[in-house]
Amino acid sequence: MPHVVGEDTSGAAPARGPLRRAIESDLWYSFTRSPVTVVSAAVTLVMILSAAFAPLVAPHNPFDPATISILDSFYPPAWMEGGNPRFLLGTDDQGRDILSTILYGMRISLAVGFASVLFAMVIGVTLGLVAGYIGGAVDSVIMRIADVQLTFPAILIALLINGVARAMAGPQSYDQVVLVVLVLSIGLSFWVQYARTVRGSVLVEANKEYVLAARLIGLRPWTIMFKHVLPNVMGPVLVIATINLALAIITEATLSFLGVGVPPTEPSLGTLIRIGNDFLFSGEWWITIFPGITLAILALAVNLLGDWLRDALNPKLR
Amino acid sequence: MTATLSVRNLRVEIPTRGGVLRAIDDLSFDIAPGEVLGVVGESGAGKSITGSAIIGLLEPPGRVAAGEIRLGGERIDDLGPDQMRRIRGRRIGMIFQDPLTSLNPLYRIGDQLTETILTHERLSQRAARDKAQKLLEEVGIPAAGARLSAYPHQFSGGMRQRVVIALALCADPELVIADEPTTALDVSVQAQIIALLKRLCSERGASVMLITHDMGVIAETADRVCVLYAGRLAEIGPVRAVVKHPQHPYTHGLMSAIPSLAGDPDEELAQIPGAMPRLGAIPDGCAFNPRCDHAFARCRAERPHPYPAGASDAACFLHDPDPARRPPEPVARAAAARGIAAADETPEATS
Amino acid sequence: MIAFAIRRFVQALGVMLVVALISFLMFRFVGDPVNQLVGVDTSPAEREALRQALGLNDPVMIQFSRFIVRAVQIDFGISYQFKQPVAALIASRLPATLELSFVSALFALAVGVPMGVYTGLYRNTLLARGFLAISLIGVSLPTFLIGILLIFVVSVNLGWLPSFGRGETVSIGGMWTTGFLTRSGLLSLILPAITLGLFQMTLIMRLVRGEMLEVLRTDYIKFARARGLSRRAVNFGHALKNTLVPVITITGLQLGSIIAFAIITETVFQWPGMGLLFLQAVQNVDIPIMAAYLLLIAFLFVAINFIVDLLYVAVDPRIRLGEARR
Repeated sequence: MPHVVGEDTSGAAPARGPLRRAIESDLWYSFTRSPVTVVSAAVTLVMILSAAFAPLVAPHNPFDPATISILDSFYPPAWMEGGNPRFLLGTDDQGRDILSTILYGMRISLAVGFASVLFAMVIGVTLGLVAGYIGGAVDSVIMRIADVQLTFPAILIALLINGVARAMAGPQSYDQVVLVVLVLSIGLSFWVQYARTVRGSVLVEANKEYVLAARLIGLRPWTIMFKHVLPNVMGPVLVIATINLALAIITEATLSFLGVGVPPTEPSLGTLIRIGNDFLFSGEWWITIFPGITLAILALAVNLLGDWLRDALNPKLR
Repeated sequence: MTATLSVRNLRVEIPTRGGVLRAIDDLSFDIAPGEVLGVVGESGAGKSITGSAIIGLLEPPGRVAAGEIRLGGERIDDLGPDQMRRIRGRRIGMIFQDPLTSLNPLYRIGDQLTETILTHERLSQRAARDKAQKLLEEVGIPAAGARLSAYPHQFSGGMRQRVVIALALCADPELVIADEPTTALDVSVQAQIIALLKRLCSERGASVMLITHDMGVIAETADRVCVLYAGRLAEIGPVRAVVKHPQHPYTHGLMSAIPSLAGDPDEELAQIPGAMPRLGAIPDGCAFNPRCDHAFARCRAERPHPYPAGASDAACFLHDPDPARRPPEPVARAAAARGIAAADETPEATS
Repeated sequence: MIAFAIRRFVQALGVMLVVALISFLMFRFVGDPVNQLVGVDTSPAEREALRQALGLNDPVMIQFSRFIVRAVQIDFGISYQFKQPVAALIASRLPATLELSFVSALFALAVGVPMGVYTGLYRNTLLARGFLAISLIGVSLPTFLIGILLIFVVSVNLGWLPSFGRGETVSIGGMWTTGFLTRSGLLSLILPAITLGLFQMTLIMRLVRGEMLEVLRTDYIKFARARGLSRRAVNFGHALKNTLVPVITITGLQLGSIIAFAIITETVFQWPGMGLLFLQAVQNVDIPIMAAYLLLIAFLFVAINFIVDLLYVAVDPRIRLGEARR
């Protein structure tokens, strides 16, 4: 037997009670410490608010035929030669104010983004909980589907679902359900990550004593899952959701740009870029570049927030 | 004769968000040619950091903030990265704790050996390979010639540590730093590895700095032992003296906490109350004072430096050569009862 | 090794079967194939005859096996919109997509790996931080937006490079058209290849950087330094080699993504590849093309996965010999 000098094992265990508060204050601390994060949060907030209150904020209503005039078409931005002070960022081919279309477009982009993330989250978390908690054949089936889907890029999945939905709805009724189809196709292409994460955490949590205890006192599996296991896996889920929001916004924009997303009658940012793209070569660059920049800033800001949240909640991932 | 290694007043600092930590503070010791110095202490006492500081591989942002390190009389702590690189491997060999992770899994053993040999010696590829094979034979790897083309994962832990030793001894360094060389190994092979290391180093006349928290290994292997506590020297002296007659209350507690096979199995092991402080919370005065049975007012205010104590040196005011500044009478008497007494007082309890 | 290869092969077959089933279900049940083939004035009797002739009244399992047999023989039916065999349509578009994807992957690797190594080794320098910032923007920007911006700056404003099409192509043996052999073909490749490769490049860069940081912390790197090996030997021999194992895997897998993402790039640059064909199929509900494209992409993915797995084994001796011993 070797004689071993006592190892220090007294890594002071954190107190249980104020744990939550400590995490929150840590989160706040790391938030205030990162100027990039503060700026992205501010930008995101401003964009969400101005999109939500677009009718109040926007200088014009670009979808009201009474206020738009074809005579106003193709004004360059106000600071350029030939610009019109009424239209800060210029107008498009139909005389719509670019700034206003961007604000209204952002509204749709964000709405589709949030709804898709929510949809993906609900599906993913539910399937993850079920797979992890029930296990066995159910688990293998769900996770095999996840594996197969994960080998394909999300945009391809979204396109396929989109195409199928288009075929099933028929060309006439498609425009009416397009937003739902978009949310479905984007949501269905992003659920895997939630399911995997939640399943992994459930497998860890399910063996912990509090779950055993809950089972012993006779709580039903669903109660245990939603009331006891779920709150413990919400941290990673929140991180994924934030990062996925940026992805969902980008995916929506991409689909719309490809011409299988939001129709031009009520355009999202992606649709605006698609419309404007036709005028890029004839010199009316502002029709496409301004919505493009808006989309880039929005995606970047949300992405930065997601990155920060991931690092702050899980320092090990750094 | 110049010491192989001489460390003087070494201070290693690690800047962190909460302030600058002193991982090593005012540490001095020598290693004579051919000598084996054991370095013991609890995890976090600064053993490994001392080793890393000597070989110039402190993990940033850690840095040597003060003091000197001399190798064969020359100062090496202020060398540039390239000069330091030429000393590593060539004049100081290093062995790490875990042989499973010390070897690059994607390179054959022979390639790792010849690469190291060729870095330090002007040899042909052929000659380097022959030397590599000879080294493997020396560290006791059977069928060394064939094993040169094996990958690390094809060896057992003990065999890998033999390869690691061969790598560290490639260029016949004058000093070998072995950082917990046996901790990750099975008990059954630990003794073999230690014996091998000791034999090879003494054949080459190399000095060894043996970092471990295993007092058994130290007692069997080392000539002298250096005890660290919270990044500071507690006691240093010949291994027999430190084991039999520890002169620092911490060392004393450490030795009493070791189970002895010869002793009474029912006898309860002594424990040192409390735990070593974290680097950020080292108390004023002597770092050990909150846990020390003999602490008095001065221990809480002033930091002790090593004083001669028996055959050793101990950083404890019990050994202050100035009688006027020693502890009050009852404290001294209690300490003496345990065999800890100032140099000029006859230790009664020792035998 | 052989057992490993066989096991992977069976798994790959399984995935292909699943995808084939999905593809078949789409083909068979999404929209009525007969409706797409005949005019509005076709009588119900004629429809029924056609239905019988196409075998649409047979049991589903038989139809599915027939679908698979045909797919193996590269027969995917007739496109609804072009009234031509799908296989021929795809074959004529394949070279454009493959050439674009190949050049993009090369670009992503050739730029991404050195940037990743640099940012991993010198992570606090200004340049490394700059690279990281660029990579973040590269990850955040949608591909089509990058394409539009490149066109706007390089083609419209500077007029340096063509902004659409493949330029002049040369036909090789009637099977393959290449843009590699003409000046305009090569010039036309540059912008689409950068657009398509940029995302993968940032991905590879971040991956290499992360792996590099991870590997540099390992004991064997510390031990290599402690042996006095030169910086070069440690960083580019020991560290980089260990870094590249996962990089090979991911890059290989990304090759499939590149081919799929080509849909977007091809749309932006009007690149006459199969991505553009697929997109038109989605817009026009041309199910046979969608089904065939899905199968083809799945096949490419599975084949790439399979090859990467074998490569991985060849590079990492731990897996290679571990499998052999078992």
